[in-house]
Amino acid sequence: MDNVYKKIKAAIKNKATPYLFLSPTVILMLVLLVLPIIMVIYYSFLNNAVVVKEPHLVGLSNYKSIFSDKEFWGAIKNTVFFVTVSVAAHIAIGMGFALLLNSNYFKRGTKTIARVIYVLPWVFTASVIAILWKLMLQPSGIIDYLLSFVQLATKDTEWLSNRKISLAVITFVNIWCGYPFYMISILAGLQGISQDLYESSALDGATAFKRFLYITVPQLKPILLSIMMLDFVWTIQSFSVIWMLTGGGPVNSTQTLSIYIYKLAFHSSKYAKASTAAVFALVVCIIISIFYVKQQKKVRE
Amino acid sequence: MVGGYKRSTKVILSILLILGGIFAGFPVLWMFVSSLKPNNRIFSWPPRFFEMTMSLDSYFKVLTDPVKIRYFLNSYFVSASVVILTLILGVMAAYAFSRFDFPLKNLINTMIVSVQAIPPIVLLIPYMSLIVFFKLFNTYFALLLTYLVITLPYCILMMTGYFNTLSMELDEAVMIDGGSRWTALWKILVPISIPGLVSVGMYTFMQAWNEYLFALVLTQTTEMRTVPVGINLLMGQHAYDWGQMMAMSVIGSIPVLILFILFQKYFIAGMSSGGVKG
Repeated sequence: MDNVYKKIKAAIKNKATPYLFLSPTVILMLVLLVLPIIMVIYYSFLNNAVVVKEPHLVGLSNYKSIFSDKEFWGAIKNTVFFVTVSVAAHIAIGMGFALLLNSNYFKRGTKTIARVIYVLPWVFTASVIAILWKLMLQPSGIIDYLLSFVQLATKDTEWLSNRKISLAVITFVNIWCGYPFYMISILAGLQGISQDLYESSALDGATAFKRFLYITVPQLKPILLSIMMLDFVWTIQSFSVIWMLTGGGPVNSTQTLSIYIYKLAFHSSKYAKASTAAVFALVVCIIISIFYVKQQKKVRE
Repeated sequence: MVGGYKRSTKVILSILLILGGIFAGFPVLWMFVSSLKPNNRIFSWPPRFFEMTMSLDSYFKVLTDPVKIRYFLNSYFVSASVVILTLILGVMAAYAFSRFDFPLKNLINTMIVSVQAIPPIVLLIPYMSLIVFFKLFNTYFALLLTYLVITLPYCILMMTGYFNTLSMELDEAVMIDGGSRWTALWKILVPISIPGLVSVGMYTFMQAWNEYLFALVLTQTTEMRTVPVGINLLMGQHAYDWGQMMAMSVIGSIPVLILFILFQKYFIAGMSSGGVKG
């Protein structure tokens, strides 16, 4: 009898072991990830949250008010521009730099130094990136000076407070600090492509451009798709650099979805409405992530 | 003929390589140069790379200002604590994922991996009420706990992969000697995983050091602010002291830059394994 008891106890202990190892992480994730998501969805159905004592349910009225809010659609439009242009430019620059770093024309040492310099923008924190570009983009700053040679600017060109160009300017800054991730990932991918493929195509007399189009791109496709989807999710979420450069202004011209949510919640204390927009952002990110996971599974197979 | 073609290609590629270097590196260089200029020379027209009066004044001002020193101490304390906690919790979780099969494995794994898909701003709204409810507003704990949510997934993913490469026989040897799983993990697996732990720790440090949004919202008083928020607070002041802002940016970037230069192989391996972002 005693023996059976011991065996059961050992079996329970064995079954429980992985959960014991995981318990701190799981508790943390339940309280600070799962619970908040449930809360934010709940908030989106309340008249207001966080700042009111007794909130009450108001059904879908927050959703109606968000979807009929011109500012919301303006933020969506800005986000779509910001995200698509950033992702496209990240791929182009990341690919270009990766090809340069992978070419046989340069010495190893040169390539190592170039790689370190090219990765630099990725190392800096958002507030440093913001402050650094604010310095360069000031009227009579270095950008004005450099572009005055090609007649694109004068001594007092305003880059961040002109609503016609401010969105393009913050997108440019985001491109500057985001491409290294692509470059490194693509470089790793390039080094994984078998040289035989290139050699046999060289025998067939294919030009460099054709080799790029018919060998490099198809071989890199899985990596490219994966990093693009991650970048989509990250760029939709991006907040810090835009917030510090323009705060969403002038006249909401650089207000993206994250900025819109932040201002609603932490400036106007409209937490319920902010939660509603947050739920929208969450759903978009989850949909993209599902594609990402499917893509990852395909890569593994 | 072929030689000439090759040479012109090399020239074109070299020009591109240099232009790329300017695109990536010039802003950083300009930040550094500006940090050495007196404030009234920062926007001199035409801009000059070198001024007659370059000095380390701005650095001196930043490093003797107790408020700014406090930002640095806060950042070091928070980042170091996050690294330690992340490694402890992450190693335990990774051990469970690597060595056991259990019914909820997939579900828990999905929960951990999904963190990246959740925009931080979504979590931040409920965090406001949770943090106030637990009376953690404007404390180090508010930052430590919320940063763990961001840093743990990468640690768990990487360490699970690392442990998977280590033979099960190592654990079994310990258990035959009467040791527990716990002993096997901390006495055998962790010591031989130091290289993996170092790279994960570096990356975690960088994530924590660079975090801005949570630090902005979950802390309030000057003595709780971290470096990224502190740099931004300088920007909000009426009289911009660009020299000091640049000096603080340079000093604030040094820890991550040093880590990056020393361990760039690890960073790059981590980046190319995908799914990571500072």
